Amino acid sequence: MINHARSRNTTAVLDEGAGPPSRSRLSDADLSAMLLIRHFEKSLLKLFEQGFLHGTTHTCLGQEYVPVALTPLLRDDDHIFSNHRGHGHYLARYADPEGLLAELLGRAGAVCGGVGGSQHLLRERFLSTGVQGQSLPVATGVALHLKRSTPGALACVYTGDGTWGEGVVYEALNIAARWELPLLVVTENNGIAQSTPTAQQMAGDIGGRAAAFGIAYERFTDTDVNRLRAALRPLVEQVRHASRPFVVEFVTHRLGPHSKGDDSRSPAELRAVRAADWAAGYAAGHPEQFDRIDAEQSRRVERIVAEVLARPLTAWSPR
Amino acid sequence: MTAPRVAGDLNTALHRLFAEDERAMLLGEDVCDPYGGAFKVTRGLSTRYPHRVRNTPISEGALVGVASGLALAGDTAIAEIMFADFVTLAFDQLVNFASKSTAMYGRRLPLRLVVRCPTGGNRGYGPTHSQTPQKHLVGVPGLALYEVSPLHDNHTLLTRMLDDGVPAVLFEGKVLYGERMFTGGMVDDLFGYELTDGVARIRLHDPVPPDCVLITSGALVHRAVEALRELLLHDEIVAELLVVSRLYPVDRAPLLSLTGPARRVAVIEESTAGGTWGAEVAAALHPSLWGTLAAPIRLIHSLDSIIPAAAHLERQVLVQSGTIRHAVKELVNG
Ligand SMILES: Cc1ncc(C[n+]2csc(CCOP(=O)(O)OP(=O)(O)O)c2C)c(N)n1
Ligand SMILES: [Mg+2]
Repeated sequence: MINHARSRNTTAVLDEGAGPPSRSRLSDADLSAMLLIRHFEKSLLKLFEQGFLHGTTHTCLGQEYVPVALTPLLRDDDHIFSNHRGHGHYLARYADPEGLLAELLGRAGAVCGGVGGSQHLLRERFLSTGVQGQSLPVATGVALHLKRSTPGALACVYTGDGTWGEGVVYEALNIAARWELPLLVVTENNGIAQSTPTAQQMAGDIGGRAAAFGIAYERFTDTDVNRLRAALRPLVEQVRHASRPFVVEFVTHRLGPHSKGDDSRSPAELRAVRAADWAAGYAAGHPEQFDRIDAEQSRRVERIVAEVLARPLTAWSPR
Repeated sequence: MTAPRVAGDLNTALHRLFAEDERAMLLGEDVCDPYGGAFKVTRGLSTRYPHRVRNTPISEGALVGVASGLALAGDTAIAEIMFADFVTLAFDQLVNFASKSTAMYGRRLPLRLVVRCPTGGNRGYGPTHSQTPQKHLVGVPGLALYEVSPLHDNHTLLTRMLDDGVPAVLFEGKVLYGERMFTGGMVDDLFGYELTDGVARIRLHDPVPPDCVLITSGALVHRAVEALRELLLHDEIVAELLVVSRLYPVDRAPLLSLTGPARRVAVIEESTAGGTWGAEVAAALHPSLWGTLAAPIRLIHSLDSIIPAAAHLERQVLVQSGTIRHAVKELVNG
């Protein structure tokens, strides 16, 4: 039975307060996925500096573990709605850094021909948009479709903490709750929206907002992928089998700038954010594995960047 | 002395406005220091006026509504929408509340409200962060539309917008922010400008009767001036450029007097075709120019398309100087 009451901090082992829990050893595959995302994102910041990238690109540095923990619990017939900070979501779903980088650089082999760019991706049942909050009702519509056509499949929608400022988020939650739709809302609460600290823009909290609609809710502060995945598994299954929405909040940290070169946080804040980095903690606990895979993924991304930059520009016609 | 950049000039204008008008308030996403707005236009304002400048949540509909409430209560309200594309989220507040409230209660109710919108493409921001949405707001009774230009002083502009008491949207071409204001009547070695009734006229330092008069708004000034040069130097076509500051209602009288005897007129806009500001200008001018025009007023806009993210594709879609030059050649040479 799904828990309609607000269930906060019930998973004691995952919560803060008891000091940082030790880090379990990850599979090479999970760690590789996280470090692929990390090096991919770092390479983007470099490509910006070198003038190969323009406009805006939001890196998910520090948040890599969220989609890596979650994605294996999602099925091929689930829909994923990603957001402006979506590279990690995509790379955790598809082992396709070449296609994504080509998209960002407008090169041959791009996922969406270079038309969508960083924030507008579509591949099979994975879709992202650059307008905050917009995808909540769309995901709700897809969930309505799935409820009839494919019982057991769900729509998963990623949001930031700031996204909860948009009114349409609540309109969608209300409908999803009332109509009992399989909608999984994953909020990556990194404590900041562009430059605005969450506490400055959010009255109350996400758990309270979910509770207002009678929507089940869970909050995780842990960054350990094994434990997170184990805790998420029954929640995701609940969404499928009870066909009810669920809000999952990950308390996480944005290591990098919002976009590029636009981090106005104080040195002390940045130190605190870096101290919370899962990678630093994991490297300390499992140095041999970390260094080996880190070097592998770093070289891999370097190769991919060189290879994709050598490709011709995409061709596309508006008609 | 080098002229300020457009973003700096806007920033100075806001600072002056805040110094002169202690009822002035500003709301928007990430507008406070040290960030100072996504495009740094509000830099320093929250430090100097901490109680009059506020970061809002990501709530465009609400923040424009709140600004309307401030204006309703007698304040001077300035709202910033981070990207003009998201003004669609405030459509109801603008179209069904702010604009109508000035008249729908059977008497005039002035509102000192300006909604600022960083606008337009050519910067690689992709389909949802690059649009020129002016056309969606053209023709709303009680809603005035303006655009920042490098030829119009921003303090004068903001003061005019507010003093009119008509809720207004100010579009600010993002490509302009880093460009310098033009000052002293000088554009470059070939062209100068003068201002007449709010319309800037760019023409040769030694004017000759033009083959064509082009009308545009701020964001396109640099592309249009480049086209004027190319047309003159390579195609032997003399064109003049009129740059308006108020888009809607269309300032018909100065445009008519400045297009006067021209036999060929074109309007340039970055928006896609269909229900546009340019069409509105053409409709305003046609009845008077009908007798003298050699051809219908030509509309020049971007392709009927979304705006791609990749720079090489974006350039292909949006109006560039080459688009303007090509269209003017066709218009003049038939
Ligand atoms: C409707 C809308 N308003 C504003 C923006 C500009 N914008 C892009 S990301 C962002 C901050 C988002 O914060 P949050 O939801 O916390 O996600 P984070 O960036 O922290 O991952 C803003 C204001 C937008 N994309 N869409
Ligand atoms: Mg955030």
